[in-house]
Amino acid sequence: MEYTIRIGGQAGQGLVTVGSCLAKYFSKIGFQVFSHQDYMSRIRGGHNFYQIRFADHPISSSRDRVDILVAFDRETIDRHRQSLTESGIVVYDSDECKKEYSDQEFLNIPAIAIIEEMGVHRVMANSLIMGAVLGLMGLDLEPFNEIIGDFIHKKTDEVIKTNTQMAQKGFDHVVENFSDKCSFELPETQKTKQLLINGNLAIGLGALVSGCKFYAAYPMTPSTGIMNYLASKAEKHRIVIEQAEDEISAINMTLGASFGGVRAMTGTSGGGFALMTEGLSLAGITETPVVIAEVQRPGPATGLPTRTEQGDLNFVLYGGHGEFPRVVFTPGTPEQAFYLTNKAFHLAEKYQIPVIIQSDQYLADSEWTFNKFDTERLLWEDFRLRGDELEKTDDYQRYAFTDSGISPLAIPGSSKNLVVVDSDEHDEDGHIIEDAETRNKMVHKRYLLKYPHLQKEISPPALYGDQNPENILVCFGSCFGVVKEAMEKLAGDHSLAMLHFSEVYPFPSTDEFDYLELLSAARQTICIENNATGQFARLLRAETGFNCHAAINKYDGRPFTMDSLAGEINEHI
Amino acid sequence: MSTYEDYKGQQPAWCPGCGNFAILKILKNALVDLELEPHQFTIVSGIGQGAKLPHYTKCNTFNGLHGRTLPVATGLKLVNSDMLVIAVAGDGDCYGEGGNHLLHAIRRNANIKLFVHNNQIYGLTKGQASPTTKEGTVTKTQPFGAASAQLNPLALAISMECSFVARAFAGASGLPFLQEIMKEAINHEGFAIIDILQNCISFNKVNTFHWYKERVYQLEEDYDPTDRVEAFRRSLEWGDKIPTGIFYRNDRAPLEKSFPVIENEPLIQQKFSMSKTLEEIADFY
Repeated sequence: MEYTIRIGGQAGQGLVTVGSCLAKYFSKIGFQVFSHQDYMSRIRGGHNFYQIRFADHPISSSRDRVDILVAFDRETIDRHRQSLTESGIVVYDSDECKKEYSDQEFLNIPAIAIIEEMGVHRVMANSLIMGAVLGLMGLDLEPFNEIIGDFIHKKTDEVIKTNTQMAQKGFDHVVENFSDKCSFELPETQKTKQLLINGNLAIGLGALVSGCKFYAAYPMTPSTGIMNYLASKAEKHRIVIEQAEDEISAINMTLGASFGGVRAMTGTSGGGFALMTEGLSLAGITETPVVIAEVQRPGPATGLPTRTEQGDLNFVLYGGHGEFPRVVFTPGTPEQAFYLTNKAFHLAEKYQIPVIIQSDQYLADSEWTFNKFDTERLLWEDFRLRGDELEKTDDYQRYAFTDSGISPLAIPGSSKNLVVVDSDEHDEDGHIIEDAETRNKMVHKRYLLKYPHLQKEISPPALYGDQNPENILVCFGSCFGVVKEAMEKLAGDHSLAMLHFSEVYPFPSTDEFDYLELLSAARQTICIENNATGQFARLLRAETGFNCHAAINKYDGRPFTMDSLAGEINEHI
Repeated sequence: MSTYEDYKGQQPAWCPGCGNFAILKILKNALVDLELEPHQFTIVSGIGQGAKLPHYTKCNTFNGLHGRTLPVATGLKLVNSDMLVIAVAGDGDCYGEGGNHLLHAIRRNANIKLFVHNNQIYGLTKGQASPTTKEGTVTKTQPFGAASAQLNPLALAISMECSFVARAFAGASGLPFLQEIMKEAINHEGFAIIDILQNCISFNKVNTFHWYKERVYQLEEDYDPTDRVEAFRRSLEWGDKIPTGIFYRNDRAPLEKSFPVIENEPLIQQKFSMSKTLEEIADFY
């Protein structure tokens, strides 16, 4: 069993509230949920939608066909009517849409009329609509009443009560008028506790539990959710959040904070990352730990500000002048984003390097359900030289030569030892030099010595499906969920597997898992990417010499959906 | 207690006769006078001749990128509000490349001391016009004369209600006064800017020590630095007579006091407990 609900309308009508509340509801009663958002770059008006798919089995992508279309305006009906399944229905308010539809799949809910009759605030119409949707599916309103408070601004008992009453009105209306219209069959679910979380929140949560104490950023869609989350936890967990005047300032503040002795992070999208690359290089030469979330949207330049693409892979791999080590993670799910953010803080501080977590709008705004996050897996080690150990240190040198290339990272001001860092090439003390010998030694220390250790930290790609596959779907980052489901859909007819890379730089070695041997043995390998030029396929080729046989690329600013992608894959195998 | 000798750093790579030597010496004097030890403060600098200063003394140092001094200083101050943070920059560094950061540093009012080595020219890149170069000055890259209007950093800072705005002169006659102003700035609670007039012996043949010496004078003893309108009027004075001194000050609360998180204890001293943060996972069930 699985159903898809698409809620469409204009910006400002409360689609996100309705969508996220319903997603939470389905998660709470034990269904697996996958939601994604499609919105325009405007504050009011336009056309946006929020899509929720829920099922009694694992799901990780959106589908093309819709079982319930909730239309907040007529444009939603015009645009999405053709996506309805055979038994699909449209929930709408003829007053709101200024049109009455006589076709039998149209269920008119006079929400505005009821709201006006009751004399309550118009925004309550959203609760009424949610109640109607749950009524159509024969579901219980009780769990809704428990969660609605989390989704409304004014959380007084009075307001919550009115919302639950409105939900009941919507519920009763459909039961009384449309009980014969609905053929939804929902099984009893195991009401096990589940997490429902999106990519941005997972990165924010990952930062929080990793001891992030400072976050400076300039607001930029679709990365701002990370900043909002950390800001909401700032007081309780003692985090300083500062909105910088631009991304140049954001990364430099973050480096200043990291130099001062705390774990620090910044986040942005491609355009902001462009401004950060100078600071990225500064982190490189000063060996200052920093974590950067780069949440992609389609470029070039302003591109499609609220949409999705994997077009910045090359940019995060190669951005920044000069040569310095870095790590790039490309999580495929909110769960991976959570653990990889934790690992990013760990590696950034351990190796004193910049670590980039690359996400995109699709992952940022998609909610997934998970049974739990295994907190035993989280890494926590304080790599800084501080306290008594620092007090006892004589002749501290910030860039002392060591076997590993990693020099002690002391906190300035907490002992007599001076911490001197320089963007110029420098000696072990951190002072400017220009001689060739010291330069060679510093490049060796900073990059060549650290790199092999760093590479050992990188996990190999994950293989799903057939363990000796004839056909392999190669992907990275946010394509994880949709490729996995498409693979599973086709697996019955083919020997098929998915190879997903979530840690892409340093490129994973084959020591632990010889994925190259697997790829070489396959009859067909298809690299699937949300970009036009196949940046990951090229990275794979550059790093391993392996050339994927085929490519599926999508660059219209929209994510892959499972049904279309499965169709495309089928043409190749 | 530190002595002048404790502040001996690397051998400066400045041109003989550069005004930077005097500024460095006066800064060391001020630090000794204030009984500060080298580990108790950090100098953040960017790029330019003046920006090399922290290497030529003893201190914690973040010598970062051109123009980016103030954001680094702000990040540092926000995590360690007990640390004295001094930012050293040149006119090109701070008023040109880092102009936007200056505006917002003034607005933020973090307790940072900004000492600008203003020689009205680009020295390190060999003599191009800076934002404070007199309009019409001919250089290799401005063959028809600098076309942009000369920036007035004091008027800018006063117009933005910067909490401490001063000008000093790094020639022999101005040095005791510079030392006093530096100490005042360091003791001030809030963002402080001192625009320090200095020569560039190699590339500025107009604004020489002699040129400044003939023009600079100190604001009167009864001058009231809390009168913003008067401060603005005096900041416009530039020509035959150039006033020096503390033009303007106010007691706006510094940035660090507006963050409840660090109001009472520097962030760096606050212990992290992962187990406490793990409770937040419950929000997502």
